Amino acid sequence: MTGNSSTHRLPSYLEYQGKYTGIRSWILSTDHKRIALLYLYSQIFFFLAGLVMGLFMKLELIAPGQQIMGPQAYNALFTVHGLTMIFLFIIPGLAASFGNFMIPIMIGAKDVAFPKLNLFSWYLFIAGAVIILVGIFSGDGPPDTGWTFYAPYSLKTNTNVVLSVFGAFVLGFSSILTGLNFIVTIHRMRAPGMGFFRMPLFIWSLYGTAWIQLLATPVVGITFLMVVADRLLDIGFFDPAKGGDPVLYQHLFWIYSHPAVYIMILPAMGAITEIIVTFSRRTVFGYKAIAMSSLAIAFVGYLVWGHHMFTSGMSETARLIFSFLTFLVAIPSAIKVFNWTATMYKGSISLEPPFWWAMAFIFIFMIGGLTGLILGSVSTDVHVHDTMFVVAHFHYIVFGGAGIAFFAALHYWYPKMFGKMYNKKIANWGLIGLFVGFNTTYLPMFFLGFMGMPRRYYDYLPQFADLNLLSTVGSWVMATSLLLVIVNLLRAKKGTPEEMDNPWGGRTLEWTIESPPSLENFEEIPVIDREPYELKSK
Amino acid sequence: MSEHKNHISSYKSQIVVLLTLIVLTVLTVTITSVHLGPFNTAAAMLIASVKATIVLLYFMHLKFDEKIYRFMVTLVLAIYAVVIIITFFDYLYRP
Repeated sequence: MTGNSSTHRLPSYLEYQGKYTGIRSWILSTDHKRIALLYLYSQIFFFLAGLVMGLFMKLELIAPGQQIMGPQAYNALFTVHGLTMIFLFIIPGLAASFGNFMIPIMIGAKDVAFPKLNLFSWYLFIAGAVIILVGIFSGDGPPDTGWTFYAPYSLKTNTNVVLSVFGAFVLGFSSILTGLNFIVTIHRMRAPGMGFFRMPLFIWSLYGTAWIQLLATPVVGITFLMVVADRLLDIGFFDPAKGGDPVLYQHLFWIYSHPAVYIMILPAMGAITEIIVTFSRRTVFGYKAIAMSSLAIAFVGYLVWGHHMFTSGMSETARLIFSFLTFLVAIPSAIKVFNWTATMYKGSISLEPPFWWAMAFIFIFMIGGLTGLILGSVSTDVHVHDTMFVVAHFHYIVFGGAGIAFFAALHYWYPKMFGKMYNKKIANWGLIGLFVGFNTTYLPMFFLGFMGMPRRYYDYLPQFADLNLLSTVGSWVMATSLLLVIVNLLRAKKGTPEEMDNPWGGRTLEWTIESPPSLENFEEIPVIDREPYELKSK
Repeated sequence: MSEHKNHISSYKSQIVVLLTLIVLTVLTVTITSVHLGPFNTAAAMLIASVKATIVLLYFMHLKFDEKIYRFMVTLVLAIYAVVIIITFFDYLYRP
């Protein structure tokens, strides 16, 4: 492969002086790397906001009875916590930030296919966030429906549902346009010689994700508009008294929102694959199997939404079909985990922070995945439905899976993005604290769920007190560790630039260019003549 | 990247497509007066799908474009069809 020579350096994308300076050089930039950082900073900001809300919820649950807030405030808090974490942090997730930064570089292109559309997507993202924020602080108070906006309650409540739903609708457009941009970029802008089966596996995962974004998001967009129409025009799509059906809302909502879990987790799996391959110093085991499993997850994940509705009055036939299809998703997910393990087998493993983060991901994601089978099976789901068990499973997948992978990717690509290295010791200690704190917070919830504690209540029976106290203490450990991790990364950003072109010995294209990359990534578009993870060039 | 050739449709084909769409629209309205139970929805969606396919093929030039695009659009529509069919497993079998 012909890459860039590092004998002379062009100004990096961070130093490049274009038409604009200061803040305008960021918010008017169409460079995919700057847009990626706009997403990254916005997402981390929203994540911290969601974290604070989560901490308040855990504080309320430290003991039975009312502690720091009443039922209405608690309902609003878990709704806004969910909205923030899901729509503003983890759905844009790794795709919007790391996908934007890495897709053009990893496929040997200078930018995405539609750079202006890319910037517009970020504006839509911010516009959606602002609308949700206005919804929280105006009208009759923040929504109290839960992030799912289930009808008929979302049609009846006096809280400010319309603005929040509309904000989520706008965010959906951002997601659709990003997906469209990525699909066209991957199809049209790969470097000469880079066939589909020479693409890095992170790109395969983003390709699957982009299709879900493009195909599933419009469904929820229309559903949200139907809620708005029901509330404002009293049409009755979801009102049985007017010939509507509340279960239809759940169908439409989950037709998007289950695939949305794969929007969150697929890029996470892709980043984990990159990390494991790099730090195992081996070629990837089962390249095609991992690539195809991304598409299989995207496809089968589209057909399993009904497992969220086993107790909502759906027909027996539908419940059995959804349960069966749900079990099918486990197969491509397991293919990935087995291939990661096989890649590490007899590898010359280098124990750097990103690798430890990846290991934490696998451990936690496995617990999340296996407890998902309990919820995917009709008979067992009936017992734990709407209990703390669901909360635990969900956080093991979404935070423990996609969230930890987000930080794993950040530690992996940080030197590439900023040309600097963080303190590795602190990164490791941060992870250890997070791992302990995470499990102390969420593991007790599995037991609480089995014992019958329902979710979404500000109060509980005295027999649940000990485990709730443990969980709250865990949340403090987790939050402190997260702050440690973030401060460590922020401090590193202020440090002096070092030679960081390829600190991990990575073999994909991003490691052949300088860190941080120049404005157009490559002086010359590279010609690809090898597999993505080959140890030595031919 | 291959050179893109623009296909110019004849007036005749445009008018035939327009008339077909009008006839199908009339059919959509007419069929609501025939009592088919749950199959009323199926019939409406079937006609709508045929109309969408005609628009995609002729007005959006899918018929004259590369095969890969026809394949991609077909796959997407197939996924939507499966999603709708699965949803109806709930409505048709609900007690």
